[in-house]
Amino acid sequence: MQPNVVTLDGVVQDSWTLLDMPGEGDTLSLPDSQVIVPLKWFLEHRHEVLNADPEGRRIGVWFDSDDEPERLGNDCQILPLIAVNFPKFTDGRGYSIARLLRERFGFTGELRAIGDVLLDQLHYMKRCGFSSFALRADKDINKAPAALSAFSDAHQAAVDQTAPLFRRRA
Amino acid sequence: MYQYDNHDLSIQQERVNQYREQTQRWINGELEEAEFLPLRLQNGLYVQRLAPMLRIAIPYGLLSSTQMRRLARISRDYDKGYGHFTTRQNLQLNWPAVEDSPDILQELLDVEMHANQTSGNCIRNTTTDEFAGVDPNEVADPRPYCEIIRQWSTFHPEFAYLPRKFKIAVNASPTTDRAAVQVHDIGIELNHDENGAFGFRIYVGGGLGRTPVVGPMIREFLPEEDLLTYLEAVLRVYNRYGRRDNKFKARIKILVKALSPEVFAAKVEDEWQHIRDTATKLTQAEIERVKGYFTEPDYQTLENNPPALVSAREDKAFARWLDRNVKPHKKPGYAAVTLTVKETGMPPGDVTDRQMDRIADLADEFSFGELRVTHQQNAVLADVRQDQLYDLWQAAKPLGFATANLGLLTDVICCPGGDYCALANAKSIPVAESIQRRFDDLDYLHDLGDIDLNISGCMNACGHHHVGHIGILGVDKKGQEFYQISLGGSSQRDAVIGKILGPSFARDQVDDIIGKILDVYLSKRTEEEQFVDTYRRIGIEPFKEQVYAA
Repeated sequence: MQPNVVTLDGVVQDSWTLLDMPGEGDTLSLPDSQVIVPLKWFLEHRHEVLNADPEGRRIGVWFDSDDEPERLGNDCQILPLIAVNFPKFTDGRGYSIARLLRERFGFTGELRAIGDVLLDQLHYMKRCGFSSFALRADKDINKAPAALSAFSDAHQAAVDQTAPLFRRRA
Repeated sequence: MYQYDNHDLSIQQERVNQYREQTQRWINGELEEAEFLPLRLQNGLYVQRLAPMLRIAIPYGLLSSTQMRRLARISRDYDKGYGHFTTRQNLQLNWPAVEDSPDILQELLDVEMHANQTSGNCIRNTTTDEFAGVDPNEVADPRPYCEIIRQWSTFHPEFAYLPRKFKIAVNASPTTDRAAVQVHDIGIELNHDENGAFGFRIYVGGGLGRTPVVGPMIREFLPEEDLLTYLEAVLRVYNRYGRRDNKFKARIKILVKALSPEVFAAKVEDEWQHIRDTATKLTQAEIERVKGYFTEPDYQTLENNPPALVSAREDKAFARWLDRNVKPHKKPGYAAVTLTVKETGMPPGDVTDRQMDRIADLADEFSFGELRVTHQQNAVLADVRQDQLYDLWQAAKPLGFATANLGLLTDVICCPGGDYCALANAKSIPVAESIQRRFDDLDYLHDLGDIDLNISGCMNACGHHHVGHIGILGVDKKGQEFYQISLGGSSQRDAVIGKILGPSFARDQVDDIIGKILDVYLSKRTEEEQFVDTYRRIGIEPFKEQVYAA
């Protein structure tokens, strides 16, 4: 059975499979199910992907924390899902990657946090544009909805609230 | 001063609730130590050599007497009855219990205070000049901009897991720099462009620690409304490209150096062009709203040098204190007074709960109920009537706050050192105390004039030793405490990192070495020269010769 992921609407069963970069001499063949391929592989096999999934429904791309959203640019808009890896929860590059994908390159699909995803960072991730969260397996997924709504307001503009508080203060 | 509205209150209350729940999960064992670490750090709690330490933010150094009394009460109820003013306008408690920390944060929130982001790899408390708003020379009052930065940086979702800590300081004086902006990750100076438009000069990548750097200027002029979008661009470039593989190379100064200031500035400029016209761009309405919290107190119309002051000056000790510890004020008939918290026998910056209460009383009686803490670890009453200075001096003297040593050798900047800090290689407080005891003759000290003596117990440089005219750094040599001495540093507008004199000394030699250094200055100085002027003229060699002479 597939594990669960947290979305902004609650906990759902995951339908995506994460694929790693194939090893030296190996090839990565695309199955018929929903898969998330590494950015590097996607960039090298773009045509293959677009042929296999012309409507952009079942092949997503994942970024590692040192991948640059500029490599994909506005092409991200054709993807149904982008995942961003947090190799360690203290590696904060994923927050900038998320905002750039959303705010600069117009990505509107599912943006998923993967890797070392814990409860206490979910709120900031949501603010930066993540819409789903593959919580680390040892964390209590039932506590995620409360963690996501720890704050009802914030000072800064971000993806979830595009006006900073100073433009909204009454 | 700034006052929370319902929005600020609810955000801060939710933060305390969140932290309380996190602490509970840590107590229950649901949260690993490493996972709890950044959470408690960003709520001010740091585990020290002997006990946890709670670092409470005093935003840009400004406090009301009510807040000061609350800090006194917290020190009494949750600690051992004293606190420590730091070089970044924070107050540290050395002995709180982790389990009590959510309650302490709630007590702080009751008086609109917090410990947000005072530790951890995030944007820290923004600091500024302790004479902000009363300095007759300032370009404009920097405090509204500090508050705007405080709000923007508070719980910023993108910048809570930076490669390393990040410190911003703001200076508004065109002639001096009491905020030491050029040794901060971002230094901001209020200025005007050639057309008279108001804005900021931006320095990035200064810092002390093991790689001391004077920050290069990366933008000569930034228009006022663009402050936050530009800061966001700098932080984003740093968050994306700052090194994360080596803790000692993770500060922004290393990135700026590696790219070169020009390339770094170009990267920021490029990022900024994308975001400069987003909703984060400041509005004049917001600037005016925040400025509205920093209006003048109810000043009376008074004359400078009132008769009461002129006659009191005949008291020689009072006159000396006036000359050292009292600064001019933009309003006629008022003055800004520094209460020195540097009594010999007390670690520099340490204040007891009783002293905190008394400082609050003095603020109520003499300075509209407000006070400031300084990066030299002293307290300032910024709005004292000149005709009440003598009364204030008499009230402060028995409390130990009126030592006329501001800026003198014994007004030491000092970190907590090996007595308290887990990082320290050597003790620093006993070194400070020993020097204060040895050089306790006020006539001699006044004759020596301005000398910044800064002491750090390790190369993390919390005592800012690199920018002391005389800097002392504790080092560990095979388990023994040794002290390296540097000369000629400055954190003023002419910021410069001091030069190391030579091989280090054992602790019991330090006083004698300082004495020899002072002898060289006294024998070589011209009539008008302060210590650092003589050093700059004659260089380090004569000092070396004297100190290391067989």
